[in-house]
Amino acid sequence: MSTLLEVSGISVTFDGFRAINNLSFRIGEAELRAIIGPNGAGKTTFMDIVTGKTRPDEGRVIWGEKNVSLLKMSESQIARQGIGRKFQRPTVFEDQSVFDNLLMALKNDRGPFAVLTYRRSAEDADKVRALAEEIGLKAELPRKAGELAHGQKQWLEIGMLLAQEPRLLLVDEPAAGMSPAEREHTTALLVEAAKTRAVVVVEHDMEFVRRLGCKVTVFHEGSVLAEGSLDHVTANKDVIDVYLGR
Amino acid sequence: MERSFFARNPSALIFILLLAAFTLGVTLLSEGFGMDVVSTSMVKTLGKTLCLCLVAVAMDLVWGYCGILSLGHFAFFGLGGYMIGMWLMYERTKAIVISATAGGPLPATPEEIREGIGVQIFGVVGGSEIPPIWYFADSLTIQLALVVLVPGLLALIFGWLAFRSRVAGVYLSILTQAMTLALSLYLFQNDSGLRGNNGLSGLQNLPGAENVPQTLISIYFLWASALALGLGYLLAAWVAGGKFGSVIRGIRDDEARVRFLGYHVEGYKLFVFTLTAVIAAIAGALYYPQAGIINPAEIAPIASIYLAVWVAIGGRGRLYGAVIGAALVSLVSTWFTGGQAPDIPLGFYTVQWVDWWLILLGLSFVLVTLFAPKGIGGLFDLIAGRGSPERHGADLGPDPGALREKEAEE
Repeated sequence: MSTLLEVSGISVTFDGFRAINNLSFRIGEAELRAIIGPNGAGKTTFMDIVTGKTRPDEGRVIWGEKNVSLLKMSESQIARQGIGRKFQRPTVFEDQSVFDNLLMALKNDRGPFAVLTYRRSAEDADKVRALAEEIGLKAELPRKAGELAHGQKQWLEIGMLLAQEPRLLLVDEPAAGMSPAEREHTTALLVEAAKTRAVVVVEHDMEFVRRLGCKVTVFHEGSVLAEGSLDHVTANKDVIDVYLGR
Repeated sequence: MERSFFARNPSALIFILLLAAFTLGVTLLSEGFGMDVVSTSMVKTLGKTLCLCLVAVAMDLVWGYCGILSLGHFAFFGLGGYMIGMWLMYERTKAIVISATAGGPLPATPEEIREGIGVQIFGVVGGSEIPPIWYFADSLTIQLALVVLVPGLLALIFGWLAFRSRVAGVYLSILTQAMTLALSLYLFQNDSGLRGNNGLSGLQNLPGAENVPQTLISIYFLWASALALGLGYLLAAWVAGGKFGSVIRGIRDDEARVRFLGYHVEGYKLFVFTLTAVIAAIAGALYYPQAGIINPAEIAPIASIYLAVWVAIGGRGRLYGAVIGAALVSLVSTWFTGGQAPDIPLGFYTVQWVDWWLILLGLSFVLVTLFAPKGIGGLFDLIAGRGSPERHGADLGPDPGALREKEAEE
C-alpha cells in the first residue's frame, strides 16, 4: 500500500517540555488507525503538527504521491490538500442550520470571491442531503446546530469532515460523552469512511478501539512505543507498564 | 433552485420600503417642496443621520457578522469626507477668486488664480502654496475615485498587516484605535496639507450650483443619502446572506474551525474590512457636504467608539438593528446636546442634559449589554418568535460532566 502521510523524526518543545520526541508515523491511502496513549503522550500535539497549527522544531511531514512537505503550508492550505480534522469537543457553528454547516464544509472553491458569488446548485443540495442521510441527521437539516444533542453534534462534525472529501481524516476522541448506541453509529461511520480514505482516530476508550478493529499505534512521552493489532500491543510489556497497568 | 433575494431577506424588502416612504415623506413635508413642515436644517440632520446609518451598517457587517471589533471605521468615514471636501473647497474658492479678479484690466492668468486659491485656502495655516495632495482637487471625477481609493487602500494595507500577523480580539481593537488616533493627530498638524485643526469648511456650497437654494440642495442630499443607504443595505444583506455570510459568521464564532475547513480566514477578514471601509468612506463623502465642515476632531478615537455603541444598542448581527441604533442614538443625541431637552431642576442641582447626556448614553449602553445583548433589534425576535432555543434543564456544556443550569446560576 502506498504511503499517504509520512511523518519522520519530528520533535517539538514547549517551554523546555518536550511534547514530541523524534516521532515517526506513516499511514497508507485507505487505512483506519487508532492512536492511544496516556495523557500528555503527544497525541493532540501530533495532530496539531500535521494540520499546521504547531510547527515542529525538526523533522519532516511528507504528504501524497508528490511528496510535498506540509511544514511550509498554512492551516487552510493543508486543509485544502485534503486533511480534515475533528476536534475533541464538537465544534460546529451553533448559530447556523445543519444544512448551512454542511454546505460550508462541502468541497468547493474556497476563495472569497468564488464564495461571494456562489449559487447553490441542485447537485450540491443533493450532496448535503446524502451526507445528512449518512450521518443520520436528515430530519434535522433545517434546525440550528446549537439545538442538537451532543452526539448529534459529533456526527455533524464528522459529516462536515466527510463533506470536505478529505484523503486523511484526523479524529480526536470521537466517542467521548456518547451513549453506547451513539458509539455504535460513530464506529460504523468511521469504518465506512476508512474504506475510501485514511482515518486516524485518537481515543482513550479501549472498548471503542477494539470495535474499530484496526492497527493501533501507542504513543508515550512524545514518541511511538508500540504498533500493531490491539491484541499485539496490549500484550507488550512496555505498553502494560506505562498505560494499561496504571 | 434558490428563492429570490427578497424572499430570503424579507427584512431587506421591508427596510427598503420604509426608507423610500421616509424619504418621500420628508421630501413632501420639506421647505424646498412647499409644505414647509420640516425645516431645511432638520432635512440636513435627517440626511446626515442616513449617512450615519450607512456607516453603522458597515460596522455591523465587520463587527456583528465577521466578529472584528474595529474601533477605527470613522477614520475611513472622515477620509471619505476629506476627499470630497477638497474638491468642494477648491472649486468654490476658484469661483470666488475668478469673480474677485474679474474687474481687473487684464483677465487673471491661471498662475494668478492658483496663487489666489492658495492664499484663500491656506492663508489660515500661514501658507499660500497648494500642497501636492491637492493636485487632483480640481477634478471631481478623480476626487470621487479617491473617496473610495484612499480609505480602501488604507484599510487594505492596515488589514493585511494586522490580519496576517493574526492580530485579533481586543488587540485588533486597540490597533484600530491607534490608527484613527494617529490619523487625526497627523491631520491636526498645519503642514499636513489639509488645513490642520481648521479642517475644510464651506462644504455645503456646491460649486456650479450657486443659484440652487439650500432648501433644494438639502433635499438632493437626502435623496443621495437614502439611495446610498438603500444600496449599501442591499449590498451588506447580500454579502451577509448566502454562503459568504455563513463563512464570516463562522469566523466570528470559531475562527480556527473555519481555517481547518480550508478557508483562508485572513483573506475573508481583509475582504470584509476593506469593503466596509469603502462603505464608510462613501457615507462620509455624503455626510460632510451636509454638515458643511470637517476637521480632524471628527475622526478622533471617540467617534469610532460611538459607532460601536450605536451598533451594540441597535443590535449587532442584524443590519436593521444597526440602522435603528444609529438613527435613534444620533437623533436623541442631537436633541439632548442641542439644548432642546428641558433641564431638570432638583433644587440643589440642575440636571443639564448637555452635560448629562453622555452619562445617560453610557448607562443605556451598560444596561443593553447586561440585559438585552441583542439590542433593540432583538425586540423583533419577540414578534417573529425566533428566540433562542428553549434549553432549560439541559447540560450547558457538551459533556455530561459539564455544569448544569442550576450550578451555573449559583
